[in-house]
Parts: sequence; structure tokens; C-alpha cells
Amino acid sequence: MTNMLYSFTGLILFVFGLFALISCPHPLRKILGGNVMSTGIFLFLVATSYRTDTASIDPVPQAMVLTGIVVSVSITAVALVLATRLQQSANRAMNRREKKNEGGAAEG
Amino acid sequence: MDSAMTIILTGFDLLLSATLLWLAWQLLRSTDIFKAIIFFICFGLLMAIAWVRMHAPDVALAEAAIGAGLTGPLFLAALRKMERKQKKERRFDPEEKRDNPDKRWQVRSREASPLMWIVAALTLCFAGLLIRTVWIIPRPLPGLAQQTAAHLGASGVDNAVTAVLLNFRGYDTMLEVMVLLLGAITIWSITHAPFPPRLPDTSPVQKSAVRLLLPLICLTGGYLVWQGAYQTGGAFQGGAVLSAALVLLLISDFLWLPDMHSLPLRMGMVLGPLVFLSMAVLGIITENALLRFPPEQAGAFLLFLEAACAISIGLSLAAFFAGGRPASDLREKPYQTDQPDTEKEGS
Repeated sequence: MTNMLYSFTGLILFVFGLFALISCPHPLRKILGGNVMSTGIFLFLVATSYRTDTASIDPVPQAMVLTGIVVSVSITAVALVLATRLQQSANRAMNRREKKNEGGAAEG
Repeated sequence: MDSAMTIILTGFDLLLSATLLWLAWQLLRSTDIFKAIIFFICFGLLMAIAWVRMHAPDVALAEAAIGAGLTGPLFLAALRKMERKQKKERRFDPEEKRDNPDKRWQVRSREASPLMWIVAALTLCFAGLLIRTVWIIPRPLPGLAQQTAAHLGASGVDNAVTAVLLNFRGYDTMLEVMVLLLGAITIWSITHAPFPPRLPDTSPVQKSAVRLLLPLICLTGGYLVWQGAYQTGGAFQGGAVLSAALVLLLISDFLWLPDMHSLPLRMGMVLGPLVFLSMAVLGIITENALLRFPPEQAGAFLLFLEAACAISIGLSLAAFFAGGRPASDLREKPYQTDQPDTEKEGS
């Protein structure tokens, strides 16, 4: 019962994250969506290995999820730095274009 | 009595799942990105409770420290950098409507375009398929619980998760530490740090609080690493706590920090992967297999490995937060037009 409930929660989280990843235009929200996706997968993985008695719980999925959390934080950090750089270069390109447009308007 | 407990726990599970789903929906649909990040931090904390319910206390600790404690600040710092702009400079806003540039502060109406409906329908179909697949998995599922318990004695530690992480599947963890290092290298190559992200002025109360807290946090991190051998804890949790100490240092704007030489940082970040690699090679020489430890000394080996990994993990995570190569590490002055806003803000 408990494992099914959390398995389905994990799956729905994964789908939420996937939808946000596709449909949201803002890069930060895309990265948030990716994080929700990965959390959903982790929850599903651990929930599938859940047993009612503590002695027969499988530690292997838990160790994999621990690894996954650390890997996902590194991916998030790199993605965030790339997103910030993207924003900065977009700012610069837009300002340069506007300046050029203004200059062109003054001349013409 | 027992059945009453079961009902309470089931109710709790239902409530927790519903809250998690609601928070996820809110964080993905709220119009304000700052609000979404706060929702994400709450989501991470509630996930930690869900991990405890799944009898996974190691994962719960890591989620609370890394998932909520570090990822949230990473997002907040990135948002701050993205929204910072000079006077008279327009900021490129990815969510603005292309055809109406003047109304860029207007809340973007989420009009349901046909494409969006198709994507939503496809995602729903995908969700249905996933749920059906999970439904027809034959249960009970096989696991490795018995095998792990049987070989736990030879691993050198009493905590099954630590044994799996560092001994039985040490290969995964070795690659993971490498991934962390790779992430830090990537960030250092992409950008130099607006180091530290300066606050207008840090209050003396905060500075003294950080000074008092730092030794305590380091002690807690070290204790978590030590405790990993027989209880909940380990290199990741300890490393995350250490990185929290470093993040506190970074946001408290200590004067000596930007002038710090980067060599100790580099050495610390490489320490974990290097020790892991040398252990792997040592295993090949003495035991004839990669990452196999002699059972008698395995406990000592693993503790050494965990301590080295915790230092690297803590430093790498803090490097993620700093978000770039330290200023003292640059051979020449940073290219001026590269980041015009950081120069203004820093002064």
C-alpha cells in the first residue's frame, strides 16, 4: 500500500517535471522541472524497494539514490551557471541591437 | 492499537503525497520565479520526511542537506545574478511576449495554444503508460537485502548503505566523486566568480554568529563522517554539512576570502578522487581486483576514503555556490565588457 502510493507519487512528479521542462520558457523553471523529475525518479526507486519490516529493506537503491542526489546537484549547478551566462550574453546582444537601432533612427 | 497506528500512518502518507504533488504543481506553475524557488525548498524538506517514511534515513539526511539546503541557495544566487542589471540597460526576459516588448512586466498569460494541448495530452498518455507498467510489475520484487546482509561482515562497516556505497559498489561512488570534480572544473572554466556575491553590508551580529557557528558545523560534519560506519551518516552528508559552513563564510563577506589563494582549494577538491583512485589501484595490486579491500583493514580504509571524499565534496559544493573561478586565480584582470554589472556591484 505505502510503496504503491509513493511509487505513483514519484511517477506523477516525474510527469509534472517533464511537462514543465517542455512547456516553460524560463531557463530557471526548466532546471527546476528537471530537478522535480529526478526527485520523482528517486522516490519511485526507493518506494519500489520499500518493505514493511525494517530488516529486509534493500540498501542498494538507497545508495544509488544518494549517488543520484549528488550528481543531480552538480548538474543543476552547471546548468545554472550556463543559464546565467546565456542571460548575460542575451542582455548584451539586446542592448547592442537597441543602440544600433537608435543610431540608425538618428541618422535616417 | 496496531491497526490504529496503521490508519494514522496511512493518513499521514496520503497527506504527505498530496502535499508533495501540490507543492510540485505550484512550483512549476506559479508566475513568480522567486516564489517557485521557495516552493522548491519546501518541497525538498518535505521530501526528506518522505525518505524517513521510506525507512531511508541516509537519503533523508542527504536530501535535507543537499536537495533543500544547497540547491535552493544555488537557485537563489542564480536568480539574483540573472535579474541584476545596470541602469538604463534592458534585461532580456525569456518569458516576455515577443510581439509586445513594452509590457514585459505583465504577468504572462498562459494561453492554451493548440501545441500546448498536444504536449499536455502526450504527457498524460505517457503518465498513463508509466502507471500501467508499474501496476503490472509482479510483486514481491526481488532485492539484494539478503546478499548485502550476508556480506556485511566483510565490508568493514556496520551501516549497510555505507557498505554498498563505498565497498560493494565503490565503482559508482568513485565515478560520482569524479562527476563532482568535473562539475567544479566546468564552472571554473565557464566563468570567474563574482566572488563573493556581495551584500551591501553584513551586520556584525551575522559575522560573530558565523564565527561561533563554524567550529560547531565542522564538528557536526566530522561526526557525521565518523558515524557513517555504523549509523546514519557518511561522506555525502558530512561533506554537505561542511559545504554549508563554507557557504555561510561566503555570504558573510569576510575580507580575507576573495584574496585566498586557490591552490589549497584545488588540492582539496582533487583529494577525494585521488584517494579513491589510489585505493582502486592498490586493490588491483594486493587483492587482484579494482576497489577490493582486504576485509581485516577494510574499516580503516573506508574511514580514510570517507574523510577524503567529505573534504572534496564539501569544497566542490561550495565552489558550485561561489559559481566561478576565484578572482585571485586569474592571471590577468577579467575582460571588462565581459561582466560589466559585476564590476559596478562589487565596488
